[in-house]
Amino acid sequence: MRVNVTVNGKQRTADDVWPGESLLYVLRERLGLAGSKNACEQGECGSCTVYLDGVPACSCLVAAGQAEGGDVRTVEGLADGDRLDSVQQSFLDTGAVQCGFCTPGLLVAAHDLIERNPAPSDPQIREALAGNLCRCTGYEKIMDAVRLAVERKQATT
Amino acid sequence: MDFFRPDSLAEALAAKAEHADAVPIAGGTDVMVELNFDHRRPAALLDLGRIVELHEHGRQDGKVRIGAAVPYARIIDELGRELPGLAMAARTVGSPQIRNRGSVGGNLGAASPAGDSHPALLAANAEVEIASIRGTRMVPVKDFYTGVKRNVLAPDELITAVHIAPATGAQQFSKVGTRNAMVIAVCAFGLALHPDQKRVGTGLGSAAPTPRPATKAEEFIATELDWESPKPLADSVLRRFGALVAEAASPIDDVRGSAAYRRHALAVLARRTLGWAWSEHLGGGRRACA
Repeated sequence: MRVNVTVNGKQRTADDVWPGESLLYVLRERLGLAGSKNACEQGECGSCTVYLDGVPACSCLVAAGQAEGGDVRTVEGLADGDRLDSVQQSFLDTGAVQCGFCTPGLLVAAHDLIERNPAPSDPQIREALAGNLCRCTGYEKIMDAVRLAVERKQATT
Repeated sequence: MDFFRPDSLAEALAAKAEHADAVPIAGGTDVMVELNFDHRRPAALLDLGRIVELHEHGRQDGKVRIGAAVPYARIIDELGRELPGLAMAARTVGSPQIRNRGSVGGNLGAASPAGDSHPALLAANAEVEIASIRGTRMVPVKDFYTGVKRNVLAPDELITAVHIAPATGAQQFSKVGTRNAMVIAVCAFGLALHPDQKRVGTGLGSAAPTPRPATKAEEFIATELDWESPKPLADSVLRRFGALVAEAASPIDDVRGSAAYRRHALAVLARRTLGWAWSEHLGGGRRACA
């Protein structure tokens, strides 16, 4: 089947899609967007988190055909050209990236949190990121990164 | 594999009648796991994502009608006041990403004994709205589950909504797991005070082949509670209630916990949730979350 989907603002088309394959597979293997990571394939790890119609979702749990006509924003769509999003810059500045595998999903989840809640408490940050596993266990630096991104956003608004 | 994308409920029911082996998919949080792991190769998927009425909630005959595909995140944000027990259960589902997609209709369709919404639905006497091209029927949730991952749905039927009376009293939900997020329940318990009916509703999860109410515990506590001039409950009453809830379970030993542990934990959950709910009823203020 053919799937038409807007990805990071661009209209994209994938052909010969098997109806049971995931949106994650379409993004990575058919559209060449390898930022979203494939790990658990069961919604446990959050590495494949993307915005689907403005709402963070595990793209491994969305059937490709369900995304037909939809609007997807992946980690590749967070930056504005060469200018990183404040969440991305904060992850870099605090050393919140170790092996980097969980980072794309965490960036999308953290980005969504800060969009919805401009002043999250620590428990709220932990709750918002509860669906994203970091097996380097770099959670303290990730917390620092989100706090820094929040501060920077507050400073600019 | 075929992929059907009906634009309306009528089209979906026609497709389900014609292709009984088509698996309905909404949030995908259960169905896609089975596909990704090759545990299931259905002849077709029936995508319910475009059917507006399955994604809406509203009032019907004094009850809250929740479309089968309304995600848990919206139940938490939009229905917490009317349906506090279900909202509490919804908060314990998976992670934010899962709550953004998963729905009560999916929980019912999967009919796993560990589904988080079942205890709250049982305690609140929810009814399941089921539709096919033959018509629509309502099934009390306690009669909906027929076995492990089995329910009363005929091959041509779809779950379209649940109907739940807005809470008239305190409600609670409690769940045992290894962490707060991404946890399948070791056991779970839902409780709802129904002062208008002078009774207490209960629901057990992960404690038997199907979610079930603790009927004897409900009968016992109905005779003990003084609704006209409510007083604090004696510890012996709370413990007896907990023991009867544990007796209602027929749990198994598995990797998540032993049957003995589940019985013990259910007695504790039942005693605590009843205590919290009755304190709220006495005017002690509402606990935000179990």
